[in-house]
Amino acid sequence: MHARRSPMTPLVLLTLPAFALPVGGLAESPLAWWQSTPALLALAIVLASLVLARWTPRTAFTEALLLAPGLFAGAALPLVLLDGGVALDQAAGLWMFLAGILALLWHVMERLTECSGFFRHLLVPALFGVMLIYLWEVGVRGFQVPSVLLPPPSSIAGALTTQTANLEDDFFQTVIKAVLRGYLWGCGAGFAVAILADRVPFLARGLLPFGNLVSAIPVVGIAPIMVMWFGFDWPSKAAVVVVMTFFPMLVNTLAGLAASEAIQLDLMRSYAAGYWRTLLMLRLPNAMPFLFNGLKINSTLALIGAIVAEFFGTPVVGMGFRISTEVARMNLSIVWATIVVAGITGSLMYGGLSWLERTVTAWHPSYRRR
Amino acid sequence: MGSSSTLPVAEAIATTPAENRPIVDIRTLSLIFKAADKPVTALDGIDLRINSGDFVSLIGPSGCGKTTLLRVIADLEQPTSGDITVNGLTPEAARLKRAYGYVFQAPALYPWRTVERNVTLPLEIIGLDKTERQRRSAQQLALVGLAGFEKKFPWQLSGGMQQRVSIARALAFEPDLLLMDEPFGALDEITRDHLNSQLSRLWRTTGKTCVFVTHSISEAVFLSTRIVVMSPRPGRILDVIDCDLPRERSLEMRESQRFQDIAARVRHGLAEGHSYDE
Repeated sequence: MHARRSPMTPLVLLTLPAFALPVGGLAESPLAWWQSTPALLALAIVLASLVLARWTPRTAFTEALLLAPGLFAGAALPLVLLDGGVALDQAAGLWMFLAGILALLWHVMERLTECSGFFRHLLVPALFGVMLIYLWEVGVRGFQVPSVLLPPPSSIAGALTTQTANLEDDFFQTVIKAVLRGYLWGCGAGFAVAILADRVPFLARGLLPFGNLVSAIPVVGIAPIMVMWFGFDWPSKAAVVVVMTFFPMLVNTLAGLAASEAIQLDLMRSYAAGYWRTLLMLRLPNAMPFLFNGLKINSTLALIGAIVAEFFGTPVVGMGFRISTEVARMNLSIVWATIVVAGITGSLMYGGLSWLERTVTAWHPSYRRR
Repeated sequence: MGSSSTLPVAEAIATTPAENRPIVDIRTLSLIFKAADKPVTALDGIDLRINSGDFVSLIGPSGCGKTTLLRVIADLEQPTSGDITVNGLTPEAARLKRAYGYVFQAPALYPWRTVERNVTLPLEIIGLDKTERQRRSAQQLALVGLAGFEKKFPWQLSGGMQQRVSIARALAFEPDLLLMDEPFGALDEITRDHLNSQLSRLWRTTGKTCVFVTHSISEAVFLSTRIVVMSPRPGRILDVIDCDLPRERSLEMRESQRFQDIAARVRHGLAEGHSYDE
């Protein structure tokens, strides 16, 4: 749909009517563009960078660089107006202007995608993420969405800084004590039992149907039972995580151990290699993609399991405890701050495992480079 | 009854000078696979002796049991009846003593190992130290014309190169007996000719005993000292043809009258075994 160099003139023309409409509202009366110094200043910077970018010899990167001040000034305008006490819920002109700024950002990201390595792989996704958070902030504050429904990112960031001590304690209680231990025990036991079941065939036959049954039980079903068995503190949460991660790891390891081809096994047999040597030199390397699949699935399951389990009884600390109590106290920004911590933790665990997988199984057809 | 009849045979083997003792000795060997509908006789009454330094080709149409016979020698399949010794031992004992190197139809290289570490795989298993492993790997890779490819991964090589790596791997732990199951079956004819010359030279210079499964007549005649013609359903030996061309062989030799005569005899034997019009 978009040409290599998307034309900007129609965009500018479409944005022109915006300047006839109010940029905001002050004391119940509309505010025109020429009445607001910040609006005029932002407009001037946007125009200057547009002109510079249009009439200077340039590469894709310098064009993006020249447009950056305009983007920044344009994006800052609604925030500056809000801080100056200007209401934005009737500001049709400003929202049209913002649509123009977004189109400009689109254009800049297109140009950056043409650039080499760093800009394409880091700057473009970063810009995209910043754009989403920015729209959230401007939208929520501009249209005065009640913070119980959706707090703006700035107040979530505020909660992250003011509640750091609490959030740290929660992280330590939930992630380090419960998730990590449960995850290591669950995955470790799943792996060990898979090796055992590989040697003792009836174990695999007996355990797999049982495993499917346990996997089908929702976490809200087993969590209260585990709290009854293991008490309010972290062991009951770790136990929930063990139950949730054990069978995915078992099933994936068994599938991985069956992944070696007959001809590869015959080769080991022709070398008179025994069970353990064949396991270490052939079957486990072949099973690696399956093992990592299990580990990655489990990394997200473990976090969900521990947080949900904390809803059913916990000492006065923990991410699940924080979410359930702060929702009741209408402190939604703290709830969201906890969600941010959980999201980052989950992403880091998953990302770390993906990186490890890429390193360990670089030979696998899905990753290999010629 | 058992002891009186087997004793003379045991004595005969014990008193035979080592150099005349067959490397592989197969007597009235049969193998029946238990399939779901009805049992399949894969091998029926096979008698074959392979002497030290022989290059024996097993040739026949698909399903004649040539691969199964090779796998029985390698202790990868168990015969239903009959006797077989490899180096005077049961196939299992011979396998546990690492008596043979086996080259499969596919290269069967491990994709997570470099070319060098694929070749040194059997050497790690028998417990050689690292310098010796690398020395032998370099030597064998040079022999199959792959010096300089040590650090590549198998999937970075062509099919012909991969199969040569698998031959280097089989040679690396220096077995006296080399079992090869259509190693060049999937390759184009030019590559195949080239690898056949290399293999022939290798056999001549190392004095190994080779058992080679193929369905190409000219490949069999070019490489072998003896050609075993087999027929399917049930798998039987139809004819054993001596291939008395000079030990040193060139691709041009394939145009000679002697070569053509032997090839004709193999073709005749194969045609006899075919009964597709039944």
